[in-house]
Amino acid sequence: MSESANPQLAALRAQIARFESGSRARCGALPFGLETIDRKIPGGGLALGALHEVAGGGNGAVHGAAAALFAAGIAARTSGQVLWCVTRRDLFAPALAHAGLHPDRVLYAEVGDEKAVLACMEEGLRHGGLSAVVGELARLPMVASRRLQLCAEESGTIALAIRRWRRMTEAADFGQPTASVTRWRVTALPSTPLPVPGVGRPRWLVELLRARAGECADFTLDACDDQGRLALPADLAHGQADTEPGRLGAVA
Amino acid sequence: MLVGRDGRKRAILAANATALAEGAAPGMAVAKAQALITGLIVRDADPARDGAALERLAIWALRRYSPVVAVDPPDGLRFDIAGAAHLLGGEPGFVADLARRCADSGLAARIAIAPTHGAAHALARFGSSPAIMVAPADLDAALAPLPIAALRLDATAIDSLRRLGVDTVGELEALPRGAVALRFGPAIRRRLDQAYGRASEPFELVEAPELVRVRRAFAEPIGAPETLARYTGKLVVQLCEALEQKGLGARRLDLLFHRVDNRIEAIRAGTAKPLRDGKRMTRLLCDKIETVAPGFGIELMTLTATIAEPLDYRASVSSLIEPVAPDLSDLVDTLANRMAHGRLYRCAPTQSEVPERGVCRIEALAPPVGVTWPVDWPRPSRLLDPPAPIEALALLPDHPPASFTWGGVRRRVKRADGPERIFGEWWVRDGELAAVRDYFQVEDEAGERFWLFRRGDGEDTATGDHRWYLHGIFA
Repeated sequence: MSESANPQLAALRAQIARFESGSRARCGALPFGLETIDRKIPGGGLALGALHEVAGGGNGAVHGAAAALFAAGIAARTSGQVLWCVTRRDLFAPALAHAGLHPDRVLYAEVGDEKAVLACMEEGLRHGGLSAVVGELARLPMVASRRLQLCAEESGTIALAIRRWRRMTEAADFGQPTASVTRWRVTALPSTPLPVPGVGRPRWLVELLRARAGECADFTLDACDDQGRLALPADLAHGQADTEPGRLGAVA
Repeated sequence: MLVGRDGRKRAILAANATALAEGAAPGMAVAKAQALITGLIVRDADPARDGAALERLAIWALRRYSPVVAVDPPDGLRFDIAGAAHLLGGEPGFVADLARRCADSGLAARIAIAPTHGAAHALARFGSSPAIMVAPADLDAALAPLPIAALRLDATAIDSLRRLGVDTVGELEALPRGAVALRFGPAIRRRLDQAYGRASEPFELVEAPELVRVRRAFAEPIGAPETLARYTGKLVVQLCEALEQKGLGARRLDLLFHRVDNRIEAIRAGTAKPLRDGKRMTRLLCDKIETVAPGFGIELMTLTATIAEPLDYRASVSSLIEPVAPDLSDLVDTLANRMAHGRLYRCAPTQSEVPERGVCRIEALAPPVGVTWPVDWPRPSRLLDPPAPIEALALLPDHPPASFTWGGVRRRVKRADGPERIFGEWWVRDGELAAVRDYFQVEDEAGERFWLFRRGDGEDTATGDHRWYLHGIFA
């Protein structure tokens, strides 16, 4: 599993990476800061200059609340301006600020349809001055995702596609292949129990459904804090994900 | 009241609404009007200054509304709004905006939008209401009832047509072509064709010598998109040089293509900051070249900096410690020019506790506001607008609901936080003087978290009707 386990395997991986990226250099990675997750993703974190997909699980496939906050947490941990492309007007900016994304850092593009979202994302990625580009999309065909991935590779900007559908039945689209490097699904879980009545820190089931050159995994995590960082739940911090075998080849 | 000479008598040319109500009418002799109305203020008309004022108005309209504006003397302006109206919300938005701005500056304007210039001219002057929009399919019906004076004919022709019993445009249109042309000459036929769109009419663009403008004429008409793009690049270089001499940067660029068939195609691009960078200008303009229909070819291209602002050289401050913040103005320009129906903005906090009023939109390139929302209270990542009504059951006024039904699904509340009481803002609306909302954050059995509120404090109906709403969804 770890990259240094077999030197021959590591050499092969490096060779494949060279084929894939052509002449472009790798842009580095944005670690989650959690050993449990970072170990599962090749490169030790979310690759910068790549496309990543996030969707909500359950009802989250329609409202995408947790997926948006997950993306906001990632964008908050980059250091620069963020372009956020939406078609619907229900994103609430204070929640992004609570996840560490200061309002001065976010540029919103509200456009009429998904084609325009894709065009805006491409333009933002190609510009190179942004640190992250987020877009809310229902459909992400292979060609469109490939274009986003290439634009992201060119500039080194991280691209996040929040997959969000009009109806629950359309969420089956998430199984279709795309050119994204990782694919995540975030589902809200009951919050951290408190000794008194009340709602504790939100907790998520974060599933890594696909990672290029990596394996699938799922994690139970505490939601973003005000710096956009995820955390291991205190009561599960010892020996959670290690004991579970990775789910092989599972794309739900 | 304005007075001028009409032949040998001093006659009224124009009068304000008060004078018209008192019985004065254009064409009436001044002596008669003075006898009719006491305290009449009479001024001499000054056509030259009127003409100059109309030019100024045209240049204002050129900056605000459309790249193709012509003066239509003595009292009209002509716009080609194809491809320009959507910026103000389509044709209705365009008309409303123009009417409001004219009214604000004390001008009584009549506006008509029609498929042809002749029809727009006629409807603006003789139409039934001060703002008319006519779709291409309704053109015949709109023109038929107008008097023949609407067709821009000379007085003798109108007179002789009237004598023949032809009063409206519809009647004139029904007459045989050849006979009318023989009897009255070709002018009537031409005006009629122009009104119905059978003959084209050239635009004589408003001349604004103070604007920076470069032009390029072609001996052979050009038409291929690549050629257009290449010459756009050459024009941009010239324009940049001209701007540099004046120390200006362009805020708005108009690229006009004069076709061999006398029609004008236009591209308009705006920028958020004064711009004198040839590459960026070329990119903004070439983005839209595909919208230009070259027809039989283009013989003249002009590029104008319709709005230009001072742009000086600035020393770039470089720091060894901090990386320089990347300049996003070019990205903002590209996106803003490309989005036909979109908006580009940033959000900023406002001084309001009511959630939907707590966020305001500011310009994408506005200086950083520095402040953020208070983090003490939870806020959902999706806010429903408007709040969705739900059925909820709560034990006591201070208690969160035990269960609620949203969209036909009943959810039992497992955990809850609240209430967070938000008071109405009486300084915004009088009705909110006593209004109260109690917000609860609730979590159902599956772990989904919602933001509910009750209108009113649960006891006093003056504070609200005690209905429950779902206002947001937490992550």
